[in-house]
Amino acid sequence: MALLITEYRSERLTPVRAALSMLTDPLKYLVDLPISLFENASNALTSYDTLKTENAHLHEEQLIHKTQLLKFEALEKENIRLRALLENSFKLGEQVLIAELLSIKLAPYEHIMVVNKGTRFGVHSQQPVLDANGVVGQVFRALPFSSEIMLITDPNHAIPVQVNRNGLLTIAVGSGIVNQLNLPYLPNNADIQPGDLLITSGLGGTFPAGYPVGIVDDFPQTSNKSITHITATPKALLDRNRELLIVWSNSTLLPLTAPAIKTSAPHE
Amino acid sequence: MNNEYSNIRIFATLILAMCLRIAPLPDSLAVLNPDWVLLVLIYWSMAIPERVGISYAWGFGILTDVLMGRLFGQYALAYSLIIYLVLCFHRQLRQFPLAQQSVFVFGCLLISQLLLFWFENLKAPAQLHSSFWLPVLSGTVSWFIVYHVMRIIRRW
Repeated sequence: MALLITEYRSERLTPVRAALSMLTDPLKYLVDLPISLFENASNALTSYDTLKTENAHLHEEQLIHKTQLLKFEALEKENIRLRALLENSFKLGEQVLIAELLSIKLAPYEHIMVVNKGTRFGVHSQQPVLDANGVVGQVFRALPFSSEIMLITDPNHAIPVQVNRNGLLTIAVGSGIVNQLNLPYLPNNADIQPGDLLITSGLGGTFPAGYPVGIVDDFPQTSNKSITHITATPKALLDRNRELLIVWSNSTLLPLTAPAIKTSAPHE
Repeated sequence: MNNEYSNIRIFATLILAMCLRIAPLPDSLAVLNPDWVLLVLIYWSMAIPERVGISYAWGFGILTDVLMGRLFGQYALAYSLIIYLVLCFHRQLRQFPLAQQSVFVFGCLLISQLLLFWFENLKAPAQLHSSFWLPVLSGTVSWFIVYHVMRIIRRW
């Protein structure tokens, strides 16, 4: 039995775990069943009026987004051109998969959630997970029919972030409390204010750069900031969302400069 | 008792216990969710020790590990140890009144939780909240329920 624990460290037992999860995963779906049935039923029973107002609301929202996207496309092209001028590389677009949360609870002292997509859909561990508002966490363990997601608020989770206003780099560590992140690694004279937006910096390689993570909470403005404890609130609705996005960020950079293309050509 | 029927009963109760273990309770109740699998295993190994032994404990321990996403083998080890203790004392335990049994169950749950605490700290020396120990108390209380419900199931 002690052998099992030591052998776990070498990751050699992953296939065994995958095989055994075939037995246990039906249980996860079984526990989730009454809740999802109830939700489906309440969806089916919503009145015509609420649907109509919701539809109008969504139409309006889509119109706003579309006009914003018009500008975005031009900006993206411009960005690529500018990066080409700087002989830099440009990151390829990311591919996403929508996964639904299973309402089960593994351990109350950990912030780990289970979703209904696993290695069958190509999910692998350490993939970033987002929702419509920001970063949720990363895939912690992928099983054939489900996968475990560690939230950014888990006490064992840290995410490299950047202050959007001035590019200050730091690390946001999970606090173990829902809707709170700690920023412990800030120097005394750091230029950070309440209300600053934190975005992923892309350092560390797990999370793609530029996604919103959280907003810095209020803290007392004193001359000696090291005493005050700076915290942030995650942008993502960690405890309310049922749909999450699992992201494949392409780690290979697309070369844009002329010499880079030439060197890659003979390979083909 | 018919062999096949009681086998189905053992498996059904253990699977139900595993479902209860991952039930989506609100946060305030989730910290109290006791180790149902261990309680059911203790009952069966006390009632029919010739059938449910350490192999059951180990097998369901491994399944619980996979279900809960724990380190491989930590529940298996904890359950096997507890069931070994229960098997050693099962003759005395059957004679005990329910209150005295629950004291023994309290001890078992405490040992198991202590082992799990040790493994969790091995994995990541995180600051586990003191509410980590609450399932031991709630488990002792729910032993009274488990005992009566399981006896009905066994004699049914």
